Amino acid sequence: MREILYRDAIIEALDEEMRRDESVFLLGEDIAEFGGSYKTTVGLFEKYGKERVRNTPISEQGIVGATLGAALMGMRPVAELMYIDFTGVAMDQIVNQVAKVRYMFGGKAKTALVLRTQGGAGRSSAAQHAQSLEAWFVHVPGLKVVMPSTAHDAKGLLKSAVRDDDPVMFIEHKLLYLEKGPVPEEDYTIPLGVAEVKREGRDITIVATSSMVGKSLAAADELEAEGISCEVVDPRTLFPLDRETILNSVKKTGRCLITHEAVQRCGWGAEIAATLAREAFDYLDAPIERVCGMETPVPFAPKLESHVIPDKDDVIAGVRAVISGL
Amino acid sequence: MAALTKKTALRIYETMIRIRRFEVRAIELFQAGELPGFLHACIGQEAVAAGVCAHLGDADQITSTHRGHGHMVAKGLKYEGMFAELYARSTGYCKGKGGSMHIADQDLGVLGANGIVGGGIPIAAGAALGIQLQGRKDVVVSFFGDGASNEGAFHEGINIAALWRLPVVFVCENNGFAESTPRSNHQTVRDIADRAKAYGIPGVAVDGMDPAAVFEVAGEAITRARKGQGPSLIEARTMRFLGHYVGDPGTAYGHDREVVKWKKRDPIPAFGKFLEKRKWIGPKKEDELRDRIERELDKAIDFARKSPEPGPQDAMTDIYASI
Repeated sequence: MREILYRDAIIEALDEEMRRDESVFLLGEDIAEFGGSYKTTVGLFEKYGKERVRNTPISEQGIVGATLGAALMGMRPVAELMYIDFTGVAMDQIVNQVAKVRYMFGGKAKTALVLRTQGGAGRSSAAQHAQSLEAWFVHVPGLKVVMPSTAHDAKGLLKSAVRDDDPVMFIEHKLLYLEKGPVPEEDYTIPLGVAEVKREGRDITIVATSSMVGKSLAAADELEAEGISCEVVDPRTLFPLDRETILNSVKKTGRCLITHEAVQRCGWGAEIAATLAREAFDYLDAPIERVCGMETPVPFAPKLESHVIPDKDDVIAGVRAVISGL
Repeated sequence: MAALTKKTALRIYETMIRIRRFEVRAIELFQAGELPGFLHACIGQEAVAAGVCAHLGDADQITSTHRGHGHMVAKGLKYEGMFAELYARSTGYCKGKGGSMHIADQDLGVLGANGIVGGGIPIAAGAALGIQLQGRKDVVVSFFGDGASNEGAFHEGINIAALWRLPVVFVCENNGFAESTPRSNHQTVRDIADRAKAYGIPGVAVDGMDPAAVFEVAGEAITRARKGQGPSLIEARTMRFLGHYVGDPGTAYGHDREVVKWKKRDPIPAFGKFLEKRKWIGPKKEDELRDRIERELDKAIDFARKSPEPGPQDAMTDIYASI
């Protein structure tokens, strides 16, 4: 199978969906001629024109409001919010409007929209351009939250998100954009709410999201040499959550480590840990471990940044701790 | 511009009375403890909703505010569904899940009252974008108050609408108070309409107690929008005759003194006199009209009271289209 960049998989998904459905259009800051800050819309302006690939002012709540209003009229807008950190200035529209209109209006509102954004550390972007804020959105009923970890998943999940009738927060990772992976040339989708076992194993389940999936797979390779067999599960969609796949894996391995870049405190991993404690209690042979971002704003200095963000070695250490019962 | 015909004038008059009587009855029921939650009444402001919405058809859209009953009635929502919603019944416009501050009906172009001040403004711009992309001739009207004109949403929504020449009209119901804060304490500009200059769009102030004047100004703005000439900002100067919410006497912030002056300009009797002078309505017709409205209200309240309440099985539906 051919291999393409994660960011090109995003472009392909948008391109295919725009070609398939005229109601799909894009809006966001610098997405037209410029092709997006992370080059995730390159070529689409030339192909679809300024009506369907719309540059916006730097107005995040205006962007989200415009996205919602257009969706209410039956369009399928896909907005780009340049950094997940910038959702802070659009939170009323996301949380109080987008997420709630369907319910508040008794189920009648049309809210087929996607808010694409990207998060994560690793480029010395510092405290306002490197956060992992997915838990904020998982916490809000009415939103679906997707976090693809590979080019293949990014394309298939984005196409599903565009076709979905609910608002989807589609959270990409800035470091993954330049990672290559196999992506089929033919049309395919990956349903929201279906996890994938990225690697099968016997001794411990690693539940990892976004950039931590790749790091966990690398950790699993190293641990294999020590005779520790890791199963790596990527939920891909944080809500709706494929609890089944995670539970089945943990029931099989009897141990679990949860890892994400976001800070540990009230992170999405806490929800998984609570679910496992309730649903898989009798199967657990060791306490559930979390390997997450340290509880600090993301620092600028590269050495500090790499210190506070979990890496492969942190995952390895975490796994060893669980296995050895230390 | 669109002349005020007898037919339109009578329709506007009826709409104002329909709004007023809805509010009066809702307040009575609220004070009797029949309605949960809280209530923001628009009594005194009827001329704005009635004068603007007289130009709108079902496919035109509005966004509204926490003080939104008047806009709903003027846009053609039915008493039954509105009262049922206030009573939190399954037959309400939102199945009892929205309440007074979230009444909406997509079939009649109501994109919701809104509990967040200014929240509807960017959404209105977005609806207008959808309409523009679909090549429709419909327009969007966004109602909001003087308080909302200080929200970032006001700036972002109007700027985007102006930039893309979207078919939307921004109607600021300037009633002089942001909750309890007098306008002189929350902004330095004297005329909110002046803010239109910042976006390069027309801005006009109008007497919000005069439905004929509102009708005329709104007609120009809506025609512009329908022709693809972009958005306008209308500042309609008006006054709520009651406090911020039902139960707020308005005495703590000088509202009660202000209201005494404005009540002399109550739009309903004033416009009634205007119609009488032209012999467009007489006492008999007026009585018939008011009787008809009251009977409708009785029927709607009865309907709401007898309607089923949502049950626990309804709490977790309508959150997602599919899961």
